[in-house]
Amino acid sequence: MQAIAENIPLLVQGIAYTVALTLLGYVLALIVGTVLAVCRVSPIPPLRWAATIYVEIFRNIPLLSLLILIAFGLPDVGLRLPYFWCGVLGLTLSSAAFVCENVRSGINTVPVGHAEAARSIGLGFFGTLRYVVLPQAFRTMIQPLVNVFIGTVIGSALCSAIAVSEITWVTQTLNIQYAQAVIMFLVAGAVYLGMSLGGSALGGALERAVSPDPHGSSRRRNTLDVTAGAQA
Amino acid sequence: MSDSSKPTGAHRAETPAARGAETPAAHDAGRSDPGTDSSGTARTVGPTDGSGTARTPRASRSGGAPKEIGEALISLRGVDKFFGDFQALKTIDLDIHRGEVVALIGASGSGKSTLCRCINRLETISDGEITIDGERLPEEGKDLTRLRSDVGMVFQSFNLFPHLKAIDNVTLGPRKVRGASKAEAEQQARELLERVGLADKANSLPTALSGGQQQRVAIARALAMKPKALLFDEPTSALDPEVINEVLDVMGELAEQGMTMLVVTHEMGFARHVCDRVVYMDQGEIVEQGEPEEFFTAPRSDRAKAFLSKILAH
Repeated sequence: MQAIAENIPLLVQGIAYTVALTLLGYVLALIVGTVLAVCRVSPIPPLRWAATIYVEIFRNIPLLSLLILIAFGLPDVGLRLPYFWCGVLGLTLSSAAFVCENVRSGINTVPVGHAEAARSIGLGFFGTLRYVVLPQAFRTMIQPLVNVFIGTVIGSALCSAIAVSEITWVTQTLNIQYAQAVIMFLVAGAVYLGMSLGGSALGGALERAVSPDPHGSSRRRNTLDVTAGAQA
Repeated sequence: MSDSSKPTGAHRAETPAARGAETPAAHDAGRSDPGTDSSGTARTVGPTDGSGTARTPRASRSGGAPKEIGEALISLRGVDKFFGDFQALKTIDLDIHRGEVVALIGASGSGKSTLCRCINRLETISDGEITIDGERLPEEGKDLTRLRSDVGMVFQSFNLFPHLKAIDNVTLGPRKVRGASKAEAEQQARELLERVGLADKANSLPTALSGGQQQRVAIARALAMKPKALLFDEPTSALDPEVINEVLDVMGELAEQGMTMLVVTHEMGFARHVCDRVVYMDQGEIVEQGEPEEFFTAPRSDRAKAFLSKILAH
């Protein structure tokens, strides 16, 4: 406990870095991932190929390798970024690949007939996506995107490997100093748990807010009513 | 379902003025101006006999003025369509004239839906040419989008946008494609919903509507773009028998008002009593076409005879 009490400012700074890494990485990943997903469903083959190659590369490289490559590889080609931004970049590149696949599968849940109906009233590719497909797809994408958020939260811990002083790095350092591994990693664990739970609560609220039938019976919503008979 | 949303004959008789001269269909029919057409393609179709099967729309043309049919609005020349090695359409030549209502019939897999979808270029064609109002249907891009919005389409599975209320389904096209103001588009949408008998359902989501109501909203949505022609791809095939009539009634009225329509259908009563011409397809070819009475009473080809004997057996 002494280890915590004596290092409150350091711990707070660690939490702040973790939050900043996560939020920046996630928001940028949402933007990049959505653009990639639009490319993947676009009628232009080279865009589809490029986005597919991106996804297959960045989804399949372990985040730790990616972070180290960015932090220690980029200076070799003359690009020097602060380690914090290397962390943000790594999280963005990796999470964007997952966001892309989630958005794309969300787009694919919208029946093709709706897109055809949109085209038949004269909407183009972007109009169809913007007004018909994405608003419908968004609801099915929320929970998968919460998963990506949690992945980003947890992934931010790996930024300790490139000396970003986020919470894992801070608790590791304090552990070396005080030899109180359990307490220190409980603190780190609590931070990640809190952020992930917060993210998933926000996702749940968002899902309810965009439900097409907020006042209707729950049967018509996303519960698959297999237990109806058992409960009666 | 409330009474007012069900377009019964009585309801219809009370509101003839609501379907007056300001409708887009009437507007389009006026624009075709067949009186000045000297090409000789104009022909007159007399009123059909309103009696017949139970599915004959109540708003039949019995007693109405003879209908004028203008020059070709949609032309297909030598259209081929392949799905892989399978040839879905074989050198199709077809003209649909202004104001004409054409029924496209045939067995499942005969290519009639494909033909309908090709006209709106929801399917690409492998060879041949499709022109709409003299303009060749482009491959892609802005011109295609514009031309497509001139030809409305009504689908078998309605395809209403489920996240939008009925009225927003109708206003989406005018607002986002035509750039109409919200107020203007909503005013027009209310008139159209009134016209299909759904004025009280403007704020309902599609999930709260019956199949017949959804399809009527879909017709209103297509009409909102003030199309030159409407394509119907089996509009009643997904409907329960008791609501088929409410959709056929609306279509019958559009026909009466002079809308150019191509209707892929299995509703032989509709084809016979509302349409001006029947086109029979089999295995990707147009086998026979002609006046409905003639086609149904005295088909010339053996394939049409076999088809009719199957569907009219009971």
